[in-house]
Amino acid sequence: MLEKIQSLGHNTIYIIAGLGRAMMMLLSAIVQVPNPKKGWPLLMNQLFSVGVLSLLIIIVSGTFIGMVIALQGYTILVGYGAEASLGPMVALSIIRELGPVVTALLFAGRAGSALTAEIGLMKATEQLSSLEMMAVDPLRRVIAPRFWAGLISMPLLSAIFAAVAILGGHLVGVDWLGVDSGTYWSVMQAEVDWSNDVLNGVIKSVVFAFVITWIAVYKGYDCVPTSEGISRATTATVVQSSLIVLGLDFILTALMFTN
Amino acid sequence: MSENLVEIKNLSFYREERCIYDDISLNIPKGKVTAIMGPSGIGKTTLLRLIGGQLKPDSGQILFAGQDIPSLSRSKLYTLRKKMSMLFQSGALFTDMSVFENVAFPMREHSRLPENLIEKMVMMKLEAVGLRGAMHLKPGELSGGMARRAALARAIALDPELILYDEPFAGQDPISMGVVVRLIRDLSDALGLTSVVVSHDVPEVMSIADYIYIVAEQKIIGQGTPEQISEMKSELVQQFIQGEADGPVPFHYPAQSYKSQLLGEDP
Amino acid sequence: MVSKKIELLVGLFVAIGIAAILMLALKVANAGIAGNGETYQLYAKFDNIGGLKVRSPIKVGGVVVGRVENIKLDQEDYMPIVTLEIYSNYDNFSEATSVSILTAGLLGEQYLGLDPGFLDEELDIGVLQPGDFIEDTKPALVLEELIGQFLFSQDSED
Repeated sequence: MLEKIQSLGHNTIYIIAGLGRAMMMLLSAIVQVPNPKKGWPLLMNQLFSVGVLSLLIIIVSGTFIGMVIALQGYTILVGYGAEASLGPMVALSIIRELGPVVTALLFAGRAGSALTAEIGLMKATEQLSSLEMMAVDPLRRVIAPRFWAGLISMPLLSAIFAAVAILGGHLVGVDWLGVDSGTYWSVMQAEVDWSNDVLNGVIKSVVFAFVITWIAVYKGYDCVPTSEGISRATTATVVQSSLIVLGLDFILTALMFTN
Repeated sequence: MSENLVEIKNLSFYREERCIYDDISLNIPKGKVTAIMGPSGIGKTTLLRLIGGQLKPDSGQILFAGQDIPSLSRSKLYTLRKKMSMLFQSGALFTDMSVFENVAFPMREHSRLPENLIEKMVMMKLEAVGLRGAMHLKPGELSGGMARRAALARAIALDPELILYDEPFAGQDPISMGVVVRLIRDLSDALGLTSVVVSHDVPEVMSIADYIYIVAEQKIIGQGTPEQISEMKSELVQQFIQGEADGPVPFHYPAQSYKSQLLGEDP
Repeated sequence: MVSKKIELLVGLFVAIGIAAILMLALKVANAGIAGNGETYQLYAKFDNIGGLKVRSPIKVGGVVVGRVENIKLDQEDYMPIVTLEIYSNYDNFSEATSVSILTAGLLGEQYLGLDPGFLDEELDIGVLQPGDFIEDTKPALVLEELIGQFLFSQDSED
């Protein structure tokens, strides 16, 4: 019994210490005077590897998810003679939910795991230590540009996902199943609200971007510098950020879309 | 011995519960090659990280040119680190940059020199380690010995006062070992650099070091010039420099009696 | 050091991202047109608001001219008061304007329909000022009441 309480205490301290380290890392990485001359190329390179390289998977999955929703939605709506509502159904489910969430999950798998593995490898090969010994702060040099790149890329990716998904819905709903194109867009425009739907979707994706990138860079920075440690850290990034995204999504939805 | 660049006084360091160093003191004289030897796993690399300020000791002082490293503020520590550099065991070259970019990196970070001047200086550093021809290769394309030489060129890029070598001879073939030995000696003699070599390769260290400390069991068990060391009476020192399998450092990891374990008796 | 190719691709990525946000704003949410301009408020008191909700559209002849901003009960007579948020470019409604709660389609959402009425200075019918109450209101149709009326009229014909 005493041992169980002790292990509970041990785990609690362990988790809180980890959170504290993560917080300190983030603060010392992003609280700084930016140096445009050195920072800009670093950010560019990271935007490329975090954002541009995730583009293909986002576009492909966005298109397919939009097409599937249109197909599923049509078969349900047509039973009520309400296939005119296909547009808002696709748009609302994508913009409010699937856009931010699916993008976040794909981003965690594609970019998050790569960030963790890259930083972990830099740690294991002593590149981080060697930066420190060269009087270059690895938090600013390595962590900060990756963090900002993630924070900038993911909302953009999320918007791209939503846009191609709605176009994918158009492809199936209008071009294949024969819903009128004008109806698809106009009913959508009447139902979708800029601040209530689009902006809230953007806010969601910014929150997810923050959480995923933070977890990814922290797990890499804090990993045990061995090959086993890196693989554990990479797995932990994907699992933890996916779970936290889903949990946060529920909380955000409850705050945003219920009166 | 004239002046000490680094003085370590009454240093104790614990990792978790385990004692790594128990109240040790040592001096590193300016302009000489000082070696720190000892069996693997006793935290020789830890000592370098302590000097570099990456770890903080539990007690004791580490003075670098009169400044106590553990008590320095972050920004002062970073300023001080520009005067020292470290050659890591793996080389720790940045894998996403070419050899040239790697060597140019510290210069670009810490100086405002124009690009054409940096280019010339990088050439000089690479020439010194004999890798001018390899400057456009990526670290992945270098052999282990070449990677270490490239890392050495990067370590001397800012003309530091102190270079910390972490196991410079480990895992090298005889030829590149010879090259590294020569480079360390030459850099020390030609540039007046202070060098600290952490290693367990006895013959190489004996051939280049001006002064040797042997560390084992959390203490310094022997110190002196290579000649003094090889004449030391201590069994532990003799076992280490002769490379004998059994001695004061036993061949067997501490265990219960072999016979009783085989017979399944309770210890 | 950033290569030209990476800069180009990053630029392209950001451009596509911004284009996607613009598409969501303009093509999907239609935010550009009469979406977030200036508004003013009118009030209307109903007997029954049925299924009217906050943010339901307000239409004149099918054109959206504003949205329901707030619904609350009058503290004195317990009648629902609806706050109407009307776009400022439609600021010329007469005091004779009537407002009714209508339903879009059979199962659709309820919305407010405005019937603008006319201006007549001789009869002293002026323009509705921000904060005015619209006097002429028609409550929502409640299905049970409709059926009740229908049965009642059937009875009286016999």
